[in-house]
Amino acid sequence: MSDMRALHKSFVEAAARFPTNIAVVEPGEGSISYQSLDELSSRVCEYLHGLGVGPGERVGLYLRKSIDTVAAIYGTLKSGAAYVPVDSTAPPARNAYIMHNCGVKVLITEARFEDKLKQEIDNLGGPIPHLLILDGTGGGHPLTNALTAKGLSSVTTSIPVLSPRHDDLAYILYTSGSTGKPKGVMLTHENAVSFVDWCSEVFQPHFTDRFSSHAPFHFDLSILDIHVSLKHGATLVLVGEDIGKDPVRLAKLVSDERISIWYSAPSILSLLAQFGNLAVYDYSALRHVLFAGEVFPVKHLRTLTQLLPIPRYFNLYGPTETNVCNFHEVPLPVPDDRTTPYPIGKVCSHLAGKVIDESGVEITTGQEGELCISGRGVMEGYWSLPEQTAHGFLTDADGTRWYKTGDIVVEAEDRIFIYRGRRDRMVKRRGYRVELGEIEAGLYKHPLIKEVAVVAAPDEEAGVKINAFLSGKEAKRLSLIEIKRFCSENLPLYMIPDRFTWYDALPKTSTDKIDYQRLKEAN
Amino acid sequence: MEDGIKETIKKYILDEFLPGEDPNNLTDDTPLISGGILDSIATLKLVMFMEERFGITLAAHEADKEHLDTLTDIVRLVSEKKS
Repeated sequence: MSDMRALHKSFVEAAARFPTNIAVVEPGEGSISYQSLDELSSRVCEYLHGLGVGPGERVGLYLRKSIDTVAAIYGTLKSGAAYVPVDSTAPPARNAYIMHNCGVKVLITEARFEDKLKQEIDNLGGPIPHLLILDGTGGGHPLTNALTAKGLSSVTTSIPVLSPRHDDLAYILYTSGSTGKPKGVMLTHENAVSFVDWCSEVFQPHFTDRFSSHAPFHFDLSILDIHVSLKHGATLVLVGEDIGKDPVRLAKLVSDERISIWYSAPSILSLLAQFGNLAVYDYSALRHVLFAGEVFPVKHLRTLTQLLPIPRYFNLYGPTETNVCNFHEVPLPVPDDRTTPYPIGKVCSHLAGKVIDESGVEITTGQEGELCISGRGVMEGYWSLPEQTAHGFLTDADGTRWYKTGDIVVEAEDRIFIYRGRRDRMVKRRGYRVELGEIEAGLYKHPLIKEVAVVAAPDEEAGVKINAFLSGKEAKRLSLIEIKRFCSENLPLYMIPDRFTWYDALPKTSTDKIDYQRLKEAN
Repeated sequence: MEDGIKETIKKYILDEFLPGEDPNNLTDDTPLISGGILDSIATLKLVMFMEERFGITLAAHEADKEHLDTLTDIVRLVSEKKS
């Protein structure tokens, strides 16, 4: 394709145009200019090229969110390889699985994770990838030091931006998988660039904008944060994991850093509205509030928009497989008597959408069905899972591939879609995708647990509550404290169930399967 | 006085976040945040409870694992604030 652009091309161009602009701010640790970020990422690229990394390879990033990580992302992209970011707070075994699963050639990580990670990769049968070990993260300094120690103290040549091939991957994002193993969503440069360009068109970013980076980098919201801001010469303000969950400190940070474009899951916005004491701060810089990842309870959205009436509010919707595919601007004010969540809106201009019934036939206005998406933003597939990939798509007679979102929608007037719920066992919690099957698989690892069934129930306050039903191999049951501690060691925090209920034996259907229907009713 | 603080906090945690748990299982050293008992919202609720009940104010950076991970840590923090 002639207009194929590499994802990092716009950043390199912005660096040439705005060399002294601040590219990234890491509160408490410092900031980095476009020129310095361009140079540091080129050094990462040289290091990777020295190890033979290029197009068709993958580089793992097991790092706390930092300037170091942003430089590692652009260094990887410049090398032609795809970056694979993981959650640095998740159990090392899960991250080792991901690195091993997609066969990263190089893994950039922190010294504190090294031993455990090597051990876990070893347990999986190795091999250990090349490791670039950073003595922590912060301000880009540990990365600089690690590269200097490898003899890369300056960039000797300028690195040409190559045009990617049609199927060259830009990144792989791992999401919860129903089999208990995370699955890698493969996104190409074309997928990413088409999305980033759509964002430019709708949100009209300017080099004076200051973007929040609230979502972690293994989460697809980060694609907008990083690659849209740095395309336009704007500033990206990194929000750390701890502050990101703490509405009291976060409210002050958003004001102090004069954030102009905010993007996050609704859950933290709900907390900001309730606990952030927003009335005491100055948010005059804020012009867009974007949210995605789950339904925003109207009650909290109303409070937020009453406290901050000036910005425009956008509900963005889309699975990692397509990134944002629908969007809806929330008209203000939110009426006092409204309780129905806002629509997910129209399909983005770089994509196409249709609704199908259970047999795959397109259905007309007014009836519920599954939303399917096609176009340049839609993923290549799941990493080394050809069957799940095939299962995820519907192919038309003319060869168009439609990704089946698994989300049930109904089309209202004017091609505006309303979200109804899921077709399968996936739920969204604090913006994260959670396959209930992955929680079950995690709980089954406990030697004393015999049966597990996990069900989700809607909850007005939290959006969704996750309930685990269990039976044990012995009469003595695990205490709540024991089971929660076991979960915290084996599952990401956002997957830990809210409630645990013990049975002598779980209820069964006539075919002797666990009776989920009865458990749901017991909820 | 410290025992009174401890019992108050312990009862609150048991009632709110560990319904049905045997109180004997919640010891002074049971990890609360790192042990998956208090998530970020639960931690916020606990902080609000402590502030209201004991008339203290916690700085934003104190609402974390370093300061609130065990009953011992929490009692120490409250005692310092009250004195």
